[in-house]
Order: sequence, then C-alpha cells, then structure tokens
Amino acid sequence: MKRTPHTICALFALIGLINGAQAQSGMTNSAPAMSMEANDSLFQQFGGKEGISKIIDDFLVVWQADPRISGKLQEADVDRLGALLKEQINQLTGGPAVYSGKDMKTAHEKMGLRNMDFNALAEDLQTAMEKNGVASRAQNKLLAKLAPMEHQIVTK
Amino acid sequence: MKRHRLTQLMLATAIVASSVNSTAALAQDNNSAYPDMGKLLATGGISTVEGAGGGGITPWALIGGYGTQDSYGANVHYTYLSTQDFALDSYGAALGLFDRVELSVAKQKFRANNGPLNGLTIEQNIVGVKVKVAGDAVYDQDSWMPQIAVGAEYKTNSGLTGLLNAPVTALGAKHTNGTDYYIAATKIFLDQSVIADLTLRATEANQMGLLGFGGDLNNSYKAEIEGSLGYLFSKNWIAGAEYRHKPRNLAADKEGAYYDAFVAWFPSKNVSLTLAYANLNSIVAPVTKNEDKQHGLYLSLQTGF
Repeated sequence: MKRTPHTICALFALIGLINGAQAQSGMTNSAPAMSMEANDSLFQQFGGKEGISKIIDDFLVVWQADPRISGKLQEADVDRLGALLKEQINQLTGGPAVYSGKDMKTAHEKMGLRNMDFNALAEDLQTAMEKNGVASRAQNKLLAKLAPMEHQIVTK
Repeated sequence: MKRHRLTQLMLATAIVASSVNSTAALAQDNNSAYPDMGKLLATGGISTVEGAGGGGITPWALIGGYGTQDSYGANVHYTYLSTQDFALDSYGAALGLFDRVELSVAKQKFRANNGPLNGLTIEQNIVGVKVKVAGDAVYDQDSWMPQIAVGAEYKTNSGLTGLLNAPVTALGAKHTNGTDYYIAATKIFLDQSVIADLTLRATEANQMGLLGFGGDLNNSYKAEIEGSLGYLFSKNWIAGAEYRHKPRNLAADKEGAYYDAFVAWFPSKNVSLTLAYANLNSIVAPVTKNEDKQHGLYLSLQTGF
C-alpha cells in the first residue's frame, strides 16, 4: 500500500517520457491541440504534399463507398473538394499550403449534418490514413485539429 | 428504511424516464427509432465491475453505448476477477440515451475460495444512473475542458450465503444497502494519444458494498478519489492503469485501494475485451489470515451497439 503513490508517480512519469521522446510539434501555447503545427514534422509523417494527396484521393474513394454518407458526395464538386481538403490537411500538419476555402461553419451550414455524419467522415479518413501507413500517433495529432470543427460543422 | 430507499429509487427512475420521454419527442427524426452506432470506436468506454460505463473499476464521464446525441445504444458485460482467495463475477447491462443519460444494472457475485471463509458467497445488485452535464471528451480538443458527468449507484447487498446464512451486517456493517454518488471528469488528449479520467465518489460502501455499508470504525460518507490513465496505441487498442481509493469502515477489514493495469481491445463497435492485472489489497485479512494483498487476473467482455 505504501508503494501506491510511487506506482502512480512512476506511471505518470512513464507517460511523460513516452510523450517527450516522441514529441513532434514545437507547441509552446497553453491550450492543447493548437490549430497549426509549429514545425513540419507531422507534415513529413504524412508523406508531405504527395503523401497527403494520395491519402485524400483514397479518402474520397472510401467516402464514396460508405453508405452512411456517400449521398453527401453526390451533391459535391468532388475535384474541387479534393483540392481543398489537400490544402487544408497540408496546412494543418505544418505544410506550406494555405487553405483557400470557406470557413467550416459557412461551408457546412446548409447541409444539416448530424454528429454521426461527422464521425463517419472521420472514420473514413482514418481508413485512408491507415491504408497509407500513417502512424497512429500522427493520425491522432491530425484528428486533434479536426475534432473541434465538429462544433461548426454539425448543425442538426 | 428499505421502503424509503425504494421510494427514492422509484422517484429517480420516474424523473429520468420523463426526461427521456421529452427528449425522445424532441428527437423525432426519420432515423431516431434505430440505434445509429454513430459514436467513434471506444468512446463509450468499457464496463466497470459495478455496471457503469468507464474503466474497469471506476466510472468515467463517457456515456456507454455507441448511440450519438440523436440516438441510443446498449450493451451487456461479463467480468471475471480472480485473486488468491476470492473470485468476483460481475454481469450487467447498460443503456445510453442521446449520449446524455446512462442507465445500468449489474449483479456482483463474490465468493471465497480458500482458507477459513472457503464457500462463503455474497451477492449484490447495483442500479446505476449517470448524466453528462458538461463538455465533450472527444471534440473539445482545443480547450482544457473535460467531459463531466454526475452519477449514482444504488446498491443492495443480499447477504451472506454458502458457508453461512446471515445479512451482511453480521460482518460489522451498519446497513445492507447504500448509494454511492460520484462526479467524473474525462478527457481524450488526441495530440498525446492519451485518455484520462478523474472521479470523485461519496460512499459508505465496504469493498464496493460487498461487505455492506458503514461500519464500527466509521458510519458516514467519505469522499474517495479514483482515476484512470490510458494510452491509445491505435483506434482498437488502449492500455493503461487505474486507481481507486476506498474508505475503511470495518475493524474486521483492513480495506485499502484497488488498482489495475489493463489492456482493452476494441475489434469493432459490437465487442470489446479487456484483460487486466488487478490488486485489490486486503479483503478481510485480519479475520481470515489470508493474503494481505489480493491480486490476480481480471477479464471482461462487453458486447452491444
């Protein structure tokens, strides 16, 4: 029983060490998951511009085949959507691109999207990232930046 | 006393049922009749040994099941825990409504397999309710705000059987039933691939209620701290540890903290399997001269939607 506080401290220290050893971003701000990476190592983990391009192309294929949300894609200009997604992911992972599309709220406000639509999309993106060998830690770092967008994208 | 608690439980159930009915009416949509299984994998947690959604030994602020805010989900669980001298079976069911309210029932069957208490069995029924009151563990990645839920677990101990037949008060407890109240704060730090929970529980239960409620050393509610920390190895695997501090109300039991180290596997949204090594500390060691630190294997299966 005396070992308990030491065990818990050791566990926290271990998690800290794992995170420290694998820390990618140069975040110095106080809130977690700032909207942009301070350096581009996450961008490199995604394979740079070409890697992201392939991931998004695969993502659109997975989305098209997902009966839960494939209907949303029928209404979209898929080529333009793909180009914008590539820009957005490029920028979010610390790459040089600048997203030139509408803000998330404006882009989605007329679609009446539900929480399950947003999650289905995230799962399809996970499938595409996995298919392209992106490490789970790196996937989660991108998802950390995309997750808060749920508040703007889901209107129903 | 029993009738008063039953009235309390019925009143609580009526309140929850009427709030569920009104939110169900608000959620009239073409698809709301069916479970949408829309939540992300593992975001309903697993089942605690007391039936609530969360970790293995402490409830989290996550609402069980895969139903999103527009739907519902449910699951059943079976957990087996075995130490040198004791074994615990826990099984139950949980219902998650609109990712807002969780209702659960569980039965615990505890038995002594060794030493002077060999053959003793104790059973307990637990009815749980949990309400998410603030925050979102998954989407609030850009703030420090955790998801917060409050809950209660109403426990009824059905007494000692097997080796001897007696109400659990024969071991020194003051009551045969009791209610735990808790507040839980849970957050997923996706940037670090970490899930963390801190739970504060007001309880007078001895060994979660298996040895009754209140005792000769103390007969009032105590605030107990519990926590879990997990690392998300992938979307299907989480490993971590939990801690649960407990009150000491009985002279006959040198009760200490529970802790475990676990690995949870989520192959799909329909099933999860958790393997853990648990340390339950002393369970009536002064009486039985049993091993002071009960430890061993924990295995849990959850299936649902």
